[in-house]
Amino acid sequence: MRHHPPLLELVGLGKTFGEGPGATQAIAELTFSVQEGELVSVVGPSGCGKTTMLRCVAGLLAPSSGEVRLRGRTVVGPPPEMAFVFQDYSRSLMPWLSVRDNVELPLRHKSRLSRRERRSLVEDAVSSVGLGRFLDRYPWQLSGGMQQRVAIARALAYQPEILLMDEPFASVDAQARADLEDLVLQVQGAYGVTILFVTHDIDEAVYLSDRVVVLTRPPTTVQETVSVELPRPRDQVSTKELPEFARLRAHVFRGIKRQMEVDQGEGAEGHRARLAGHLEASGSTGTPP
Amino acid sequence: MRALRRRRLLAGLTLEAGVPLALLALWWTWSTRAGLVFFPPLPDILRSFRETWLAAPASKEVLPSLGRLAVGYATAVLAGVGLGTLLGCSEAARRSADPIVQFLRGIPPPALLPFGILVFGIGDPMKVLMIALVCLWPVLLNTIDGVGGVDPTLRETSRVYGLPLGTRLAYVILPAASPQIVAGARTGLSLAIIMMVISEMVASTNGIGYSILEAQQTFRIPDMWAGILVLGVLGYLLNGLFVLLERRLLRWHRGARAREGV
Repeated sequence: MRHHPPLLELVGLGKTFGEGPGATQAIAELTFSVQEGELVSVVGPSGCGKTTMLRCVAGLLAPSSGEVRLRGRTVVGPPPEMAFVFQDYSRSLMPWLSVRDNVELPLRHKSRLSRRERRSLVEDAVSSVGLGRFLDRYPWQLSGGMQQRVAIARALAYQPEILLMDEPFASVDAQARADLEDLVLQVQGAYGVTILFVTHDIDEAVYLSDRVVVLTRPPTTVQETVSVELPRPRDQVSTKELPEFARLRAHVFRGIKRQMEVDQGEGAEGHRARLAGHLEASGSTGTPP
Repeated sequence: MRALRRRRLLAGLTLEAGVPLALLALWWTWSTRAGLVFFPPLPDILRSFRETWLAAPASKEVLPSLGRLAVGYATAVLAGVGLGTLLGCSEAARRSADPIVQFLRGIPPPALLPFGILVFGIGDPMKVLMIALVCLWPVLLNTIDGVGGVDPTLRETSRVYGLPLGTRLAYVILPAASPQIVAGARTGLSLAIIMMVISEMVASTNGIGYSILEAQQTFRIPDMWAGILVLGVLGYLLNGLFVLLERRLLRWHRGARAREGV
């Protein structure tokens, strides 16, 4: 699969917020790619700009430098081949629409679909997330985990080539979270969709992914990319008890912990790193510190 | 448990229906005994109410009033929602329109009556326009607010899925703003009734307001009171109708809010 050109490429992606001396450089330079059919997770210390990166990839936010390419074309706005699952499901679903209408909404303007095709896409997607019986309920009648399932069904029915997920399970309880992780693995197989998954949960990242991209603290770059060679299909119990799982998990964890120590340390090293960050931030806008 | 609930329901009904009935009874006995000219006996008022307003010629006064109310109100709601959506969608438009809207809103609409009569005469167009003008502001301001306050995540969801403008308006922006729009429309409704009566008192040859004033000027005091009663009943019914509509329209809102409260 690797010899194909990548589906998604981040090429020197950088993002600075604000201008002048008050500017903060959130992302310094991110370069990595996602192959077709892959599930790639992005993890990093909190506040490292994971969400900012994902919003740039989605075309919701313009990068300050570098670019995002989808099938070789530069992303300038939300591309039609892309779907997005937000962390805050309760604010990304329309409470005035039933589950069916929520999932159907993005399909309404796809004129190549007949009414019947649309209907069956919606019903298939809702069944695939296990909510077939709840088509005519409203989001506020469902639990948090179920609402996020609806958001996933909406993304799947849209038939994207790539699905972006921004900490999608951060606000559901532990049991629902495990179920949703398995759901992602299952629908990825069924729909053959490529997934870029942002999370702060290292176990989740290792469990789900083909590769884990570990970011540094801001100004953010890629610290390392870890290949996850765990066998598929994966299972919450047997996969997680494999020595390889424990090794990978510890490896990623150490990487992030190192970053956080640098961040918190009051030693000369941390100070220098922070100073370098400042210089870099002000240097990029051309004003002396 | 069920008995308790039934008893509570009964107590509620007794309060809701009983207190007004007791007050009516009090009014009845007091007014029949007091013998005051300006506070005629309630039975006289009710007789006039029946003869003047419930009999056939009622349509002569009530229907013109209601017609003007309906046309003026509908115009205001449509214009307010349309204009408010336009202004609410852009920060620049909202900011540039704000001082103008606040100034125009500050003018008490009855102050525009002389102007309205000058330009449109004393016919229906003038009254409809005055009614529309007075309800426009609450609808407009609330729509601007509601449309401007649509959750950023909802906006981004619309962008990610490439919803075209029409779909975005009909399925995302207007429903999201609807609780505020409805609140504005509700304020507008009571203002509309006030303006309807004022415009009929100042310049009219028919309508409820006109007939109240005319009864007063010809010393038919029970008729005057009956007219006031009609306005009360009308206001009550229109508000009830509005509440029914609101419940239907904003069912999701109440459900979602009840959920958040848990």
